Amino acid sequence: MNSEKITKYILFSASLLILIIAGGMVYSLIRGAMPAFDFFGWKFIFSTHWDPTQGHEQYGALPFIAGTLFTSFLALLIALPMAFSTSLFVAEYFRKKRIAVVLSTFVDLLAGVPSIVYGLWGFYTLRPFIVELGLSPQGFGIFTSGLILAIMIIPYATSLSTEIITMVPNELKEAAYSLGATRMEVIFNVIVPNARSGIIASYILAFGRALGETMAVTMLIGNSNNIPNGLFGTGNTMASVIANQFAEASGLQLSSLIAIGLLLFAITALINAFGKYIIKKLAAR
Amino acid sequence: MNQNIIQINQPILSIQNLSVAYDKDKLAVKDVTAGIKKNAITAIMGPSGCGKTTLLRAINRMHELYPNITTTGQIKLYDENIYDMSTIKLRRKVGMVFQRPNPFPTLSIYDNVIAGYKLNGIRLKRSERDEVVETSLRNVALWEEVKNSLHKKGNFLSGGQQQRLCIARALAFKPEVILLDEPTSALDPIATAKIEDLLIDLKESYTIVLVTHNMSQAARISDNAMYMYLGELIEYDETTRIFTNPQNVSTQNYITGRFG
Amino acid sequence: MKNTDLIENERNVFVNDHQKVRNFKNKLLLVVVVLFSALTAFPIILIVGNLLVKGYHQINLAFFTQVPPDTFTAMMAKSSGQIIPGGIVNGITGTILMVGFASLIAIPFGIMIGIYLYEKKDARYANFVRNITDVLQGVPSIVIGLITYLWVVISITKGYSALAGSISLSIMMLPLIIRSTEETMKMIPPTLKEAAVALGTPYHKVIFKVLIPSSLGGLMTGILISISRILGETAPLLLTALGNPAVNWKLSQPTSSVPLLIWQFYNDPNMVSLIFSSSLFLMGFVLTLNLISKRIAAKRSIQ
Ligand SMILES: Nc1ncnc2c1ncn2[C@@H]1O[C@H](COP(=O)(O)OP(=O)(O)O)[C@@H](O)[C@H]1O
Ligand SMILES: [Mg+2]
Repeated sequence: MNSEKITKYILFSASLLILIIAGGMVYSLIRGAMPAFDFFGWKFIFSTHWDPTQGHEQYGALPFIAGTLFTSFLALLIALPMAFSTSLFVAEYFRKKRIAVVLSTFVDLLAGVPSIVYGLWGFYTLRPFIVELGLSPQGFGIFTSGLILAIMIIPYATSLSTEIITMVPNELKEAAYSLGATRMEVIFNVIVPNARSGIIASYILAFGRALGETMAVTMLIGNSNNIPNGLFGTGNTMASVIANQFAEASGLQLSSLIAIGLLLFAITALINAFGKYIIKKLAAR
Repeated sequence: MNQNIIQINQPILSIQNLSVAYDKDKLAVKDVTAGIKKNAITAIMGPSGCGKTTLLRAINRMHELYPNITTTGQIKLYDENIYDMSTIKLRRKVGMVFQRPNPFPTLSIYDNVIAGYKLNGIRLKRSERDEVVETSLRNVALWEEVKNSLHKKGNFLSGGQQQRLCIARALAFKPEVILLDEPTSALDPIATAKIEDLLIDLKESYTIVLVTHNMSQAARISDNAMYMYLGELIEYDETTRIFTNPQNVSTQNYITGRFG
Repeated sequence: MKNTDLIENERNVFVNDHQKVRNFKNKLLLVVVVLFSALTAFPIILIVGNLLVKGYHQINLAFFTQVPPDTFTAMMAKSSGQIIPGGIVNGITGTILMVGFASLIAIPFGIMIGIYLYEKKDARYANFVRNITDVLQGVPSIVIGLITYLWVVISITKGYSALAGSISLSIMMLPLIIRSTEETMKMIPPTLKEAAVALGTPYHKVIFKVLIPSSLGGLMTGILISISRILGETAPLLLTALGNPAVNWKLSQPTSSVPLLIWQFYNDPNMVSLIFSSSLFLMGFVLTLNLISKRIAAKRSIQ
């Protein structure tokens, strides 16, 4: 064998690592989750009862699925106007201006803040504020977590949509201006329709981020094993229940946590694949 | 420099001492004064980079979209200073067609034609809309070609058809003046001839200002012609005269093809 | 002529299409956009400011050279109004150990796979690998922690270990490095490579003499960004490295890290002021790395 072939062979073998990791991940999660699914069947997903007390152990994941979806949707809802405005600020209103560079740098920095630091800030600054406003007695819960999550995902929602908005051809905007449109009308009738799928994809990817965020949510959601009752109710997300209960878990409880990990893996993979699919279709256009 | 600039009686547009600068002191149009005749085709010619586009875009205040561009001087539409009008009103009266066809890719052919109404939030009845679309497309001789695919997106159209669609879009709004910036430069000769015929038909009801760096086009279809060089208006005369008896050496050189 | 008259008539009916309302809405949107944008920038200022104010006075020499005090010592210091003695050296060394080892795995493999994908561009298998890499990049860090727990903690080191922590971090780094390598290599002018190939240069030399040197800046950016991403990771380490009150350099032993220490301090009311100092330190480090990598990236795009 010549050296060329050897090099190519080495590179190819390296690429197998990715498949091994991904395949192994799915395999190990399924195997680890088997006892829980064997024991509870489909009830594992639809039961609202999670009780680790020795003797009458019972595990249902619905409260955490609900908690994850509630917090993530809330985060998306809050992040949407912020991210959309920021993209317009950077890519349209103040394009290429110094102030736009400053704002993008701030947003980049936001992406660099570790999850645990967000959690601390949420705990020591945001939570007391929410208590003071009288929104909830302890300040923990869906709302506080959703708000922090929103801040955390803004950079993800912003960066791609900014790029896409920048790419809307100038000639289309000028065509609309020449017909008498105001800037607002150009934004909503030309920029948004032309950048639509990219903007949507960036929000989907941001949502995917929110689903799996762990530390900040763990510190703020209140950690109760029930379906959150309302905006200020406490709960747990799939990620936070794993972080919280993993250390003491064994046996059926551990298997149930792994099963939740499997569900979380599946949901985020689907959401991400969907977002990436839209982006790829966009790139092919 | 001996300039030769004709006076236009009762011009629809009068440009007075117009200068346009990109960035600080990069003057692209220098102190241009000229009137535009109503219901006629006025051509603006000159070598590439002489400021034709810049002059044309000043007429519907396109330059205001870019903060680095400064415009001085005056332009009047009839007796009204365009800088005192709202851009909404001005652009209603002065439509524009760009060098490269730019139909809205997210809209159907039908919606492209009435885009002006939609953008300006003007609601028309279904029947009115249909009529506007049909008349405008007939005006640009596109109706027969697209009447069966009105609700499809326009991206299957040829370049020439797209450009005619863009003219229809400008016409749909019934402006007084239509500004066209080298509308045929991206088209083949047959499509070009179609658009030229169309412009001649249109001048009956519209005033047309046409930027072209194609001299024979200017000679074929324009009534009056301007010749610009390095941002200045060098010569402005009736087309037949400017081509047969140019007064300025620079114009002469350009017309005889010695440069440009 | 009739047509002309018709048009004249229509022109004269100039519909005053709510110009004032439209202009008002137009301005309103600008105000809203500026307002929301300012609101977006606000948290980072608050967070950094908050950490600076609350964290700076604990940062001294001991902070970098000593391990944290026990909770009793901390309580005594706190009640007498002094700063808490000790530091986070076990966290710093743990972070160095685990991030270093993770990089040692992820960087070479990431670059190799990136080069492979760059070479194969449109091949079906390469596309599959690319998609799987994207999926891997989106896997929540806690799930990666779970997996590494099953793979390493249970099976290899039979207990929490720095090795497990490193592996979880390297799984997080890998997709980032792969994609940045491929993206960077795509920007190399193909003529550069063709010239080398035409000269009969062996392929591994093309990689080391052409591909890697001419994309060094981009590779560096990718590496720095991926390191800055994992520096602050807490969740997977909770499930793998656990923490350690003493300095540990052994891969087989439980190890602390700066974010793990923050989590530990957070759960101990006596350690509050150490939380902010550690966070300030961690964040300063991460953000600096971020800015440096952006600087490198910007410099490269200017060239
Ligand atoms: N956006 C711009 N920024 C800076 N300079 C410009 C810009 N557009 C045009 N110019 C300059 O202004 C001069 C006139 O350009 P233009 O009006 O486009 O000429 P023409 O249409 O006659 O070819 C040229 O020197 C050109 O380089
Ligand atoms: Mg031009």
